Order: sequence, then C-alpha cells, then structure tokens
Amino acid sequence: MQNVDDLIVRAQADIAASEDLESLDSVRVRYLGKKGELTAMLQQLGSLPAEQRPVVGQAINKAKKALQESIQARKLLLEDARLAASLENERLDVSLPGRGQHLGGLHPVTRTRERIEAIFRGAGFDVHEGPEIEDEYHNFTALNIPENHPARALHDTFYFPDGRLLRTHTSPVQIRAMVGQGAPVRMIAPGRVYRCDSDMTHTPMFHQVEGLVIDRAISLASLKSVLHDFVEHFFERRATLRFRPSYFPFTEPSAEVDILSDSGKWIEILGCGMVHPEVLKNMDVDPEVYSGYAFGMGVERLSMLRYGVDDLRLFFENDVQFLRQFN
Amino acid sequence: MKFSETWLRSWANPDLDTDALAHQLTMLGLEVDGVSPVVGAIENVVVGEVLEVVPHPNADRLRLCRVDTGGDEPLSIVCGAANVRQGVRYPTALVGARLPGGLKIRRSKIRGEPSEGMMCSAVELGLGEDAEGIYELDASCQVGDPITRVLGLDDHIIDIDLTPNRADCFSIIGIARDVAAANRLDFAEPEFDAVPAAIDDELPVRIEDKQGCARFVGRVIRRIDPAAQTPVWMQERLRRSGIRSIHPVVDVTSYVMLELGQPMHGYDLGLLDKGIVVRRGKAGEKLTTLDGQEVTVDEEVLVIADSSGPVGLAGIMGGLSTAVSAATCDVYLEAAWFAPGVIAGRSRRFGLHTDASMRFERGVDPQYQVRAMHRATQLLCEIAGGQPGPVHETVENAHLPVPKAVFLRRDRLARLLGIDLPDDDVVDFLTRLQMKIETVEQGWRATPPSARFDIAIEADLIEEVGRIYGYENIPETPAMAVTVLGHATERQVPVQRARTLLVDRGYQEVITYSFVSAKLDKMMATASEGLSLSNPISSELTVMRQSLWGGLLGAVQANLSRQQTRLKLFESGVRFLPQDADIIEEEVLSGVAIGSVNPEHWDHRDRQIDLFDVKADIEAVLALSGMKEEFGFESGVHPALHPGCTARITRGGNAIGWLGALHPRLVAKHGFTMTPVLFEFSAKAALASRKPAYQGISKFPAVRRDIAVIIEQTTPVSDLESAVRQTAGDVLRDLVVFDVYQGKGIENGRKSVALGLILQETSRTLNEAEVDGVIQAVVKRLSRDFGAIIRE
Repeated sequence: MQNVDDLIVRAQADIAASEDLESLDSVRVRYLGKKGELTAMLQQLGSLPAEQRPVVGQAINKAKKALQESIQARKLLLEDARLAASLENERLDVSLPGRGQHLGGLHPVTRTRERIEAIFRGAGFDVHEGPEIEDEYHNFTALNIPENHPARALHDTFYFPDGRLLRTHTSPVQIRAMVGQGAPVRMIAPGRVYRCDSDMTHTPMFHQVEGLVIDRAISLASLKSVLHDFVEHFFERRATLRFRPSYFPFTEPSAEVDILSDSGKWIEILGCGMVHPEVLKNMDVDPEVYSGYAFGMGVERLSMLRYGVDDLRLFFENDVQFLRQFN
Repeated sequence: MKFSETWLRSWANPDLDTDALAHQLTMLGLEVDGVSPVVGAIENVVVGEVLEVVPHPNADRLRLCRVDTGGDEPLSIVCGAANVRQGVRYPTALVGARLPGGLKIRRSKIRGEPSEGMMCSAVELGLGEDAEGIYELDASCQVGDPITRVLGLDDHIIDIDLTPNRADCFSIIGIARDVAAANRLDFAEPEFDAVPAAIDDELPVRIEDKQGCARFVGRVIRRIDPAAQTPVWMQERLRRSGIRSIHPVVDVTSYVMLELGQPMHGYDLGLLDKGIVVRRGKAGEKLTTLDGQEVTVDEEVLVIADSSGPVGLAGIMGGLSTAVSAATCDVYLEAAWFAPGVIAGRSRRFGLHTDASMRFERGVDPQYQVRAMHRATQLLCEIAGGQPGPVHETVENAHLPVPKAVFLRRDRLARLLGIDLPDDDVVDFLTRLQMKIETVEQGWRATPPSARFDIAIEADLIEEVGRIYGYENIPETPAMAVTVLGHATERQVPVQRARTLLVDRGYQEVITYSFVSAKLDKMMATASEGLSLSNPISSELTVMRQSLWGGLLGAVQANLSRQQTRLKLFESGVRFLPQDADIIEEEVLSGVAIGSVNPEHWDHRDRQIDLFDVKADIEAVLALSGMKEEFGFESGVHPALHPGCTARITRGGNAIGWLGALHPRLVAKHGFTMTPVLFEFSAKAALASRKPAYQGISKFPAVRRDIAVIIEQTTPVSDLESAVRQTAGDVLRDLVVFDVYQGKGIENGRKSVALGLILQETSRTLNEAEVDGVIQAVVKRLSRDFGAIIRE
C-alpha cells in the first residue's frame, strides 16, 4: 500500500510539474499507460494473497481515478494557457482599414434628379422621357412659341443642318406623352437639355425636370400648393416662397418661384404656370373641360442650392475629388 | 429697363417706401433686378455762383474765386478747373460738406491762399465716371439751394427685367399704369397739349412697305437755338436710365421714348435730300449708322431713305449723314410704328441692339405716335425754341393692331386661379388697367388699352386679375385627385438599379457633354460620321457622340492630371447613332477603369485592372436581368480597342455592346501610362428581364466530376461550355471553369481547360453508371467537336 501512496505523491508532483501538454502526456504514459507504473501494479494484483486483493485493488483504482482527474484538470489548464498564448499571437491591429473595393458614387445631378423623381413619384406622378434631338414643332410650335417669337431667340438653340435641334427644355416630352394618352395626367419629364450658351453661370448642356398636371379642377392655387410642398420636401425644411408673375409662352398665367434664403435674399428656383389653352389643344386636350399646370426646374440649380455648390461648371468637369463628396 | 424712382413717382406715387415699391414691382411681374441710390450721401453742397475770378498769386493753374452761396458773405474758394467762369453756377461744397466718396471739406490754405469750400465736378458728386472740369449748372438753379434737391439726387435707380410680353413697361407710363392699378391710385393717360403749327413746312413722306410701317408721323421744326443745352433735370433722368446726354434734339427723343415708350428719331432737316421714303432695302445698298458702322442692307431690312438713299435702319438706328449736330438749326422729327416682325432679328444681324430696336421688336403702342410727337415738340421748343410745322401723319389703319374685346367667364376665372373674387373687384382691377369693361352673361367683355396688345385671350385677362389681386394672396389649395397606382414591371430592370450596382462595385458616375469633337468621335465609333451641329459652341463640341468613351476618356485624362491614379468611372446616357437617314438615340451604360485593381492598401500586392476585372462588373450588371445565360462575349474588332482584347457583348446572339482594352495607339494619344479597360452596352437590351418561375429543389445529393481537356488555344472556352451543357442536358446543375493553363507540359498553341460538372437529378440519387455515362458522352463530344484530348 505504501507503494501506491508513494506513487500517487510522485505522480501528482510530476503532473504539477508538467509545463506543456506533451510532458503531461508523457507523465500519463509513465503512470497510466500500458506499461505505466500504476498499470503494472494492477497487473501484479494477481500475485497478492486473495484477502489483500480487494483492498489493494480498490486503492489502485482510487489512485488511478485520482491521477486521471489530476491529469485532466492539468490538461485543461495547460490547454487554456496554450490557447491564451496563441490568442495573444493572433492579436490583430483592428484599427487597420478593411480590405477590398471602395464604394463609388452617383453624380450629384443624378442624386438630385432621383430625389426629385422620388418626391413626385410619391404623389402619383409618372416619369416620362423623350428624345434629345427634337423638331421645331415639339420644341417650339406646339408649345405656343411660333417662328419669330422673341422667346425662340432667348432659347439659344443648337440646330442641325436638317432643321432639327437639340431640345432646349424637356417640355416636348409632355407634348409627346400627352398626344394619344389624354387627360387626366400627372407626369414629370427629367432629362438633358441644351442651350448654346457658356459662361460662369451657363453650360451648353444641363438638366431639367418639367412637370405637368392636367385634370378637371386644376388651379393656380393647387399649383402653389404642390410646389410649396415639393420645395419643403426637397430641402427638408420649412421654406418661404414667393410666386411672382412672369411670362412663358406655354403657360398663362405664368409665375416664377423664389425661395427666401437664410441671408434674406430671394433666389429664383423654378418657373411655372397654368398650361396655355393652345398648348392643351396641341396635346389633344379640350381646354373647355380640363385645365392644367406645368412647372420646370433646373436640376443643377437645385443641386447647387441643396449642397452649397458655388460653381455650375464643376458638375461637368468630373473631378472625382468633387464627385466623391456626394458619395 | 432702368429708371429714376422719382420720375415714376411723378406719374404714380403710392404710399410705399423704396423697398416696398421694388417688391411690389416684382410682384406685378416687373422683376426688379436692382435698386441703387443715385449717388452716395451728400451733405452741405449747394448751388454757388461765381462772382469774380482772379489768378492765384502763387500758382499758374489755380484761380481765386469769390462765390455766392446764398450766405451773408461770398466765399473765397481756390479752384483748379479750367472751365470756371464768372457768372456761372456750380455745385459748391461748403466747409463741413460730405461728398459721396467720403471726402470731407475743411477750411484750408492752398499755396498760401485761404479756401472756404470746393466747386465740384460730376465725378466728385458721384454722377459720372469722367468729367472735364466742374459741373456747370444752368441759370434756373437757385443760388444756395441744396444740390441734392436741385439735381434730384435723393432718388434711386430701379432696374427692372422685363419679360417679352410686357413691352408696354419699357416706359414710365406703362410701369405707372401697373403701379397705379395695384395701389388703387387714380391714373389717367395724360393728354399733352398739342403744339400748334407755327409754320407750314412739311416734308413729303412716302411709305412703300405699309405692313412694315403702318404709321409714320413727321414734323419739321425750324430755327432751333443751336447753342441750347439740355436742362439738368432732363440730363439726370436720362442718365438714371443709362442714357448719356448728347444733344437737345437727341435727348428729347430719348426722353419721350423713356416716358411714353415711343422711340423717335431726329434728323438734321438740312441734310435730308427732298423727302422721306420708308421702304425695303435694295441689295448692296450701304449706310453708315450713327455709331459710325457701315452696314449693307437688302430686301430683308426696312430702311428710312431720302432721295439719295438710306438714311436710317428703320426702328434700329439712324444714319450718320443726317444726324443732328451743334450746327443744326432745322430739325425733322420722326415717330413711327414699325411691325415687330419687320424689326425682329435685324438688330441681331447688325449687332445693333438699341433702345429703339428692343422696343420695336416687342411692339410699341400703335396709338401713341401723334401724342409722342406733340410731347417731343413741346419739350424741344421749351429747351431750344424753334418753330414747328404741322404734324404730318401717314397711316395705314388696316395694318395697325386693333385691341379686341376678350371674353372673361366668371367660373373660368375662379377655376383657373382657385379663388372666388367679387365681381366688383374683377371690374375694378381691369378698369384700373385702363380696359373698357362690359358686363355680359357669365362674365365680362374687356377691351385692353392699345399698349396692351399682349392681351388676346381669356387666360391673359385671368393673369391680369391675378396680378393685381396679387399672386401672394392666392391660397395654397391641394388639388383633389383620383388615386393612381404606380407601375412595377418585371420585364425591365430599371437603369437606376444598374447604376446602383456599378456604384457598389466602386464606379464613380460622371456626366459628360453629349457633343464631342468630330475627331474624337471618329476614333471611338464603329460607324461613319456622327451628326454635326450647325452652330456648335466650340470646335471641341461639334458632333453628337456615337460613343460615351470620348467623354469618359477625357474625364480620365483630367483626373489623372490631378494625381488621381486609380479611376473607375461610368456614365449612363444617350449615344447618337446614324442609321440610314435617321439618328437612333440609344441609352447606354458606359464605363472605363484604369489603375490598380484595389485602392492602395496595407495588405495588397496589387496589379493593374485588366479585362476580366471589368468583365466581372459587366457580368454582374447583366445578371440583374436574371437571364445571364443569354449573354455572350465573343472576340471582335472595334477601332478604339486592342484587337486582341476586344469582346463583343451579345444577348441571344445579337450584339448589344463592347468590352475591351483601349487600343495602344489611343493609349499613347491620350498620354496614358496605363491601359484603360472600356465597356459600353445598350441599357435596354442588357436589362430586359423576366418574371422568375419556381422550379422544385432537388432533395437528392449532387455529384461533382472534374475533367481537364487540352484544346486549341484559339478555341473559346465558352464554346466548350455550350457543348458540355448541350450534351449533359438537364442533369447538369452547374458547370464551372476552374483552371485554364498554357505553358510547360502543354504543347505550344494549345491550352488545358479544367471543367467541374455538377450533376443532380430532382427525383432520385444518380448512380455511378449514370454519372459515368454523362461524362463519357461529354468527353466524346469535346473530342469530336474540338479535338479535345483528356488530360490525365
């Protein structure tokens, strides 16, 4: 029995002295392995007198169990230590940037145009598009701008040799959409437009969104309401507007809309009016039954006001240092 | 149109301060562009009369003056101006005076002589940009009166921007008409006293183009005083409208134009040869206009001629040969009505945008010529004396616009404005605009004054009522509308979705001009010539683009020059493709990528973007359709692309676009040190979609078999894939190309392609024999069609 007790003391000391899983395992082999000391004792049990066997056997089994538990406990300890060490090794500098592509971004004009579209879509407006190369009829005549009308000169039109032209506004889209479709209608027509003009505040190409609503009870009062709503949604703030009489050949009455800036100045943001009866007729709409309003806004202008861009030309220089600011 | 506030107020003077008046003008549709004081602050400057001028004892160019400024004693003032003369009155700044530039006048000694003030030039008073000597006042100015009052300097210049329909407001009378109506002030068009003829002299007038000139009013005025000067008050009013005083005759005609809107012209009668003819120009006829420019006229141009030829461009500018001058004694005045269509465009043609042409182009009041003539006669005779002849009028009434009565319906007015106005208000507003109103069933018949020929339809009257009522007083009332549901098709993926995807894959959207230089366009296009503009804005922007690549490469170039070395750009827009005699506008998605694959990073060993990086981006876009198996990439030839790195993108066999590396020649031409990869394809064709249709998911395991085959290097792997799909049939769930190898171990001119076949049945587990059968069939097919050798 003395042997067993000694062995346990030695074995426990060896277990405790094991510094890693490999030496712990050799301790296990030394005592509990097939040729281990405790295993040998167990094998010698048969040579003991019969009356001693149960006692010694019990003692050996107890010792075996104790050693197994100690080894297991030590093993867990050593495993934890090993994991801790390896975790320390695997420590990353999580402050480093992630790997892979960066996001690109939409052009601010597209971003603005999509917002305008979203606001009007929400109110049940359809979005229509049309050709950028137009004829005189759709760009001018149908919109009550006859030949030699001073407004034609104001439009600084780009022409092609065959007499066609680059649309100077997106209003022709309305004519095209209406013919055949008929009233009532709620639509906007966004797109590129062109004027032969280039300076600090003009580019030969820019973007417009024009809107058209035709129904049985459409008035200047409803136009004021929808545009005020639009402006407040677009700028996401309360806005003070003024509608002042103006002139467009395709609307009568006509108005221009100014917004009161933070600095107390009125800034022109869009033009609008009640659709001229001649234009309604050109859209196959009976002006005796229906009335309508139309409005037009410059996308770049709204974008500039919304994002504080102070130079129109930046939109077409495509400097990514500018464009990325809208990502 | 610029004008003096006090001038307007002498016609219509509402109880509003300057700012409120300006706001009201804007709200009447006469947009105020600017309001500025006539001059800066002036204090203690009065009219002084020089009593005595003696030389300065110590300076050759200075004079000692004794100046009466209305005080007890005349002041001693040292003056350096060459034009100082005894008996003349000048603006005199007293000690303590303040001038617009901030200058303060102190008692001083100049070269030893005391000076108790300063006589001022126009510049010193802030009245002009340049001045020779001090400002001479006429004798009507009372000594001692404050100069601000004498010159009416307590005034503002109001600048309004007129819309094309409001030609009537190119005059004080027109603006006053609106202001009076808006403020409910009494306003009546003035009746100027007719100035009777003192002599019988007339000039014969013959009008050949009666449509172009429906009324011509002329008058001879003889023996004006050639030394007469335009009075200060008139000079000032002209100046505040941006018109320089030139000669009393010219100034009077300008004044009447500003006041009444009727452009006039004054000729030196002695220089006119016999009589006046209003006619079309004859080809080749020449005329030197007042500004000294020689112009050549033709049939398109209406001219005023005398017996020897044109003496003026009708409605635009007079001729130099008959201009009034300091020697003029006898004058011929003209006030005509020219049809807008005959004047429009001509001033642009000659580059002569004059106050007259601006008014005639938009139209002047057809009934005002005689009154304007009387007004001008009266003013000229007051200033320069003279004896007027009879007013000689030649008129063709048939060609003069006649105001027509317009019907205004009560319910229509309410419906269009969205308000219910009392009848009395409607009548009051229109009456105040000087319309003749007749009440009829359902509404009114309104006849506008002759100046308001812009009013032709009911909507015009509704606008007038709205204007005077005030747009700001119209409420904001949401319209009732029927519920309209939106569209949500699955047949076409919106371009917006494709844009978002490209953005998510690192592309930055750009917007470039739709026109490019012809040279650039040709380099980027597969077709011939693009569509050219007749009037391009610059030689770099002449042709409608057949490809967006030109603009994109320009953007790449510009950004590279700003040290942006890694660029992935795209644009969605229209390209303009000539097709037969027509032009097809095709919406495309177009892009370019250049530089390293990834943004610079601490853990990347990087490489340059190549065709397959960009192809993956395109495949992602094409996959949005949900029908990616319809798309193909075939090698092709495009003039802008590297011949070995060009793919024609197809859908169902039809070409829909291109992908490729920029041709090395163009790489060099653009000065790139790296090769950009470009793509462009039809958005509509690429994004046509379908509604998904559910198919059962197999519960049985899939089996993967890999085979490697050696084929000709030139055989497209996509052909191999098609053959495999065709042969394996429905049991093939998926097919991957997991390796392509050329080089050691493979015969020159051939390549090894490793394919993974994933096989699966929906209803049962495939057995070994079936799988072997499929693989054998595939191998057989590949060896038959491509001479493929199985690689062990």
